[in-house]
Amino acid sequence: MTTQAPAGRPGRADSLLPWAIRLERRLEVPRWLPVMTTIGAVIVALAISGVILWIAGGDPIQIFVHILRSSFGSLGVLSDTLVMATPLILTGLACALAFRMRLWNIGAEGQFLMGAWGASAVVLVPIVPAGTPSIITIPVMMAAGMLVGAAYGAIPGILKAFRGVNEIIVTLMLNYVAALWLAYWVNGPWSEGGFQLTAQFPKEAWLPRLSDFSAAFPAFSGLTVHLGLVFGLVAAILVRFLLFRSRRGYEIRLIGDSPRAARYAGINVARNTVIVFALSGALAGLAGMSEVSGVVHRLQQAISPGYGFTAIIVAYIAKLHPYGVIVAAIAFGALILAGREIQPSGIPAMIQGIILFCLIASEVVLRYRVRVERRVA
Amino acid sequence: MTPEPVIPEPPLAVEMRGIVKRFPGVVANDGVDFDLRAGEVHALLGENGAGKSTLMNVLDGLYRADAGEILVFGRRVEFRSPRDAIAAGLGMVHQHFALVPTQTVTENILIGLARPRFRLDAGRYDDEIADLARLHGLAVDPRARIWQLSVGEQQRVEILKMLYRGARILILDEPTAVLAPQEAADLFRTLRSMVAGGASVVFISHKLAEVARIADRVTVMRRGKVTAAAIPSAATTTAGLARLMVDREVLETIERTPSSAGPVVLAMRDVEAESDRGLPALRGVSLDVRSGEILGVAGVAGNGQSELAQVLTGLRRCSAGSITVNAVEVGNKTPRDTIVQHVAHVPEDRTGVGTAPNLSVADNLIMKCYRDAPVARRWSIDTGAVRRFANRLRETYSIAAPSVDTEVRLLSGGNLQRLILAREIASAPRLLVAVQPTRGLDVGAIATVHRLLLDQRHAGSATILISEDLDEILALADRVAVIYEGRLVGLYDAAEADIGEIGLRMTGGATPPVAEPGAPLVSVA
Amino acid sequence: MDPTIILAAGVASGTVLLFAAVGEIFAERAGVINLGVEGMMLIGAVVAFGTAVATGNPWLGLVLGTLAGGLLSVLHAVITISFQAEQIVSGLALTFLGTGLARVLGENLSKAGAIALLPTLTIPGLAAVPAIGPILFTDQSVLVYVGYVVVPIAWYWINRTRPGLHLRAVGESPTAADTLGVDVYRLRYAYVIVGGLFAGLAGATITLAISPGWFGDLTVNGQGWIAIAIVIFAQWGVGRAAFGAYAFAAIQRMLIDIQGPQELFGFPNPFYVNHSLTFFLGMVPYILIIAVLVAVSGEAIRKRIGAPTALGIPYVRGERGH
Repeated sequence: MTTQAPAGRPGRADSLLPWAIRLERRLEVPRWLPVMTTIGAVIVALAISGVILWIAGGDPIQIFVHILRSSFGSLGVLSDTLVMATPLILTGLACALAFRMRLWNIGAEGQFLMGAWGASAVVLVPIVPAGTPSIITIPVMMAAGMLVGAAYGAIPGILKAFRGVNEIIVTLMLNYVAALWLAYWVNGPWSEGGFQLTAQFPKEAWLPRLSDFSAAFPAFSGLTVHLGLVFGLVAAILVRFLLFRSRRGYEIRLIGDSPRAARYAGINVARNTVIVFALSGALAGLAGMSEVSGVVHRLQQAISPGYGFTAIIVAYIAKLHPYGVIVAAIAFGALILAGREIQPSGIPAMIQGIILFCLIASEVVLRYRVRVERRVA
Repeated sequence: MTPEPVIPEPPLAVEMRGIVKRFPGVVANDGVDFDLRAGEVHALLGENGAGKSTLMNVLDGLYRADAGEILVFGRRVEFRSPRDAIAAGLGMVHQHFALVPTQTVTENILIGLARPRFRLDAGRYDDEIADLARLHGLAVDPRARIWQLSVGEQQRVEILKMLYRGARILILDEPTAVLAPQEAADLFRTLRSMVAGGASVVFISHKLAEVARIADRVTVMRRGKVTAAAIPSAATTTAGLARLMVDREVLETIERTPSSAGPVVLAMRDVEAESDRGLPALRGVSLDVRSGEILGVAGVAGNGQSELAQVLTGLRRCSAGSITVNAVEVGNKTPRDTIVQHVAHVPEDRTGVGTAPNLSVADNLIMKCYRDAPVARRWSIDTGAVRRFANRLRETYSIAAPSVDTEVRLLSGGNLQRLILAREIASAPRLLVAVQPTRGLDVGAIATVHRLLLDQRHAGSATILISEDLDEILALADRVAVIYEGRLVGLYDAAEADIGEIGLRMTGGATPPVAEPGAPLVSVA
Repeated sequence: MDPTIILAAGVASGTVLLFAAVGEIFAERAGVINLGVEGMMLIGAVVAFGTAVATGNPWLGLVLGTLAGGLLSVLHAVITISFQAEQIVSGLALTFLGTGLARVLGENLSKAGAIALLPTLTIPGLAAVPAIGPILFTDQSVLVYVGYVVVPIAWYWINRTRPGLHLRAVGESPTAADTLGVDVYRLRYAYVIVGGLFAGLAGATITLAISPGWFGDLTVNGQGWIAIAIVIFAQWGVGRAAFGAYAFAAIQRMLIDIQGPQELFGFPNPFYVNHSLTFFLGMVPYILIIAVLVAVSGEAIRKRIGAPTALGIPYVRGERGH
């Protein structure tokens, strides 16, 4: 009895041609290969998306050009792109950090919302009296957003660390809980005039924007890029330092590669699980704070078009590297911005899925190498 | 002069001609010829890495040869998978068993068979299998789940799997590596009776002593080639075989300074611990290890060795008893605590526990010292110091890697072990816990590991050497303890150790194994 | 707050969770974790509903919806089995893709009118059985009855048949199965697709039987994730999964009914008075899932049971290592 090998199975020769196409395990991975594979995967994904757009009746080239123009075409739209990218940088960092330790934080969305809530509470309760200058209000809001986000992130961390509970389900469930929590406050105690949003924050609670300085720099007028972007860039630098130059970062990378070796090396995996989840939550919470304080200036139900989920793809494209996250976040900021105008509305989500698929499929290139040999008859 | 009676040659069960098999970076089989007569036990001898397992994996259909042909009972065959081999009457029992731990013996044996067609009525097959087992002297309870069985019993299940499928040619890969001397003797008896019944057996081994006992003919391999084809075993000597296996002076002369043991470093008193399954694994173990001495712990796999190493290094809780290193309690502490007390651990599992495969050589070398100066500064890790440290160790211990940035999964087994030993020794251990340190290594690497262990002994460390290789223990240890079912059932000075007595203890006091006269206590492992 | 109504509704909506959970159990017992259930259910739901709207034939919708789920799962199978990519990320990608695709396909469906639903049945003799008759056998959709039958069949398949033996072996020790000639790759492909078919069926059950209509993402609203959680709660056993599915759905129904009446057990109903408190009610199912997972984790640690050993690990036929 013979066994039939399904297509694409490594190690099986194609018996029809005079050459054998073999896939053999790589012994070494050239340094340039991971980057090239990522770029290649994105290109393939865009090509596939183009085909789908064409089937849906659109003109893919025109759509892509439109995306580029409406994201990078002028200073004004570039600013809008950066505004979109800001929360993605922070949530992307949150996911990248957690994924480095193989902690699947799918809850960045919920942590984002809770951070937004925490920051809003500073102004709406109020925790800081009205009229307090920005120099105090803003840092307090930042702290609140990060603390609430960290606490919310610590929940799945603790459950995973001490009970081995699957963090994917917990973080997902907590996303829904966070959305409902927000809905309660926005519809109930903090509701403005019975509508589904709160009162607008006082000016002291607004993150400064470039357009605030348009008196001194006329070129800045109309640019809504806000201080949140700086948060993101600084966070990226700090996370990079953490991962590659600190003891904690060494532990994180070791646990991510081999939890058993980490335990053998005396590392407290449980404690690191909680810490990393809390840090991840803090970053996402800061993203939430920066969104309500820098863009919307109030709390409302719809403050995230799925930043927490897009962040997963951003982190993956960046190969979990903090600086790569910045680049990927800007690219996806552009995609989300322009994607708002694409009909039908599900296409951007599909494109995200296709990109992720192509990325993980492309990793096979890093593990195997194609060899073509002449067959011995 | 009477004419010599013509003895007809027995038919050839298997013929392998010109087998070539390449892997990335190495030619495992380089034009190998091999044949197996019906009704014989043919030993395939060679050190680790010689290519014997690869050759048999080609025969068994697990690998496809790059060149060459195979004939089974005179017919040319091309196996695409082990299933084809089984259909042709060949069955292989590997070193690492391919069993499903959560399923019963019967279920394991039935996997992949055409019968039963759809409905699985285990009960009926239980009896069939029990009968088959009894017939061949391989007693095992068909209803037991694999995880409940001892290693020796699991091996019997593997053999039964093949016999149930009508295998007439049995290939055993290092079968005695996991058996006590008594169990090995039982296995040999079973093989002899199978062969008397017409089966043929290929017996892969690196142990010279047993080859003489069991094999009719011997083929020796070295570095992918055959150095001696099908010599009748009666015509061999251990020394001669050893020379064919290795191309340098064979017997590892271990020079040992006489024992000068100092004060007690490790003291264990009445330690009890459970295994992962919740069954008792250590039942009241008490022992001392002194500085400057190596205590060998001999035993068959699965008698508590893993758990012993784990309680000493903080990886397992003990439910009773105390463990102290230099009078400081380390029992029921974290691994970090034991590291702080200068307990070094060379673990059983090099790739899964001892190293992180995708991290660099440097990152792996600092695993134990990344919190201490000079590697660590106040808030960060000094990457310059890391490189210097790693390069120094790389040179001192001859770790063959292109650079300290190379990912560790690309290293060979021997180099991996050098890395682990370098790291552990660099931590200036007071107690060194070494578990199966030379498993799967080639002769050169084994010699290096032994030398490093003896150097540590000379430098005053206390070492506890847990190994299933009795020859290794007898070569290195000052004292030998025997562990059986979680208890220490014997403690001897190495000079007075009697291999027969130890073998007896290893199996809980069964009838003593037949001692092989003249077998060297020190051999190429 | 009538217990009969709540339990009957629980059995009905629970069938959705049941189908999805049973499908995922098949896939995970074979060793492949598929987190794309939510996406596959959405696809099944939209294709089923759209077909019924377009052709007026709900049975056709059922078939196509089921197949659509299976088709989507092929992608996951190829990526995780043949390309050996990380199963968790692939499942997430599948969710993105399925969600987006469903939005696209369902673009105009929310305005569609009423459709012919699948028939409901009452079984004459059994419906008269006291207590359980009115719940299980009265006025339930045909798919609910299919659910009743699926559970014992699935159990029998997994535990008492030869193919079931191979399924379990592939998920516990693929190496063992492979050396004995079981085609690990083909079996994993098959069971992943089975999982996809069931997820598609679950989605179709929503739009053709339980809550007809297309409401975008809200049509499924997280039930795919809940099904995955139920698999963990069930410790990969179909009987327990059925219990979990029905019980959870009943609790969800109860939370809705609690909001209605002005008085609750003699006291004024707080949810009737303050509408925004109902958001907390909405949280209960999700928190309940978390609580259940925590409870099960304790049991798993105690009894040392758990997931199929090879779950989540791509199978690579052993090549020469070091």
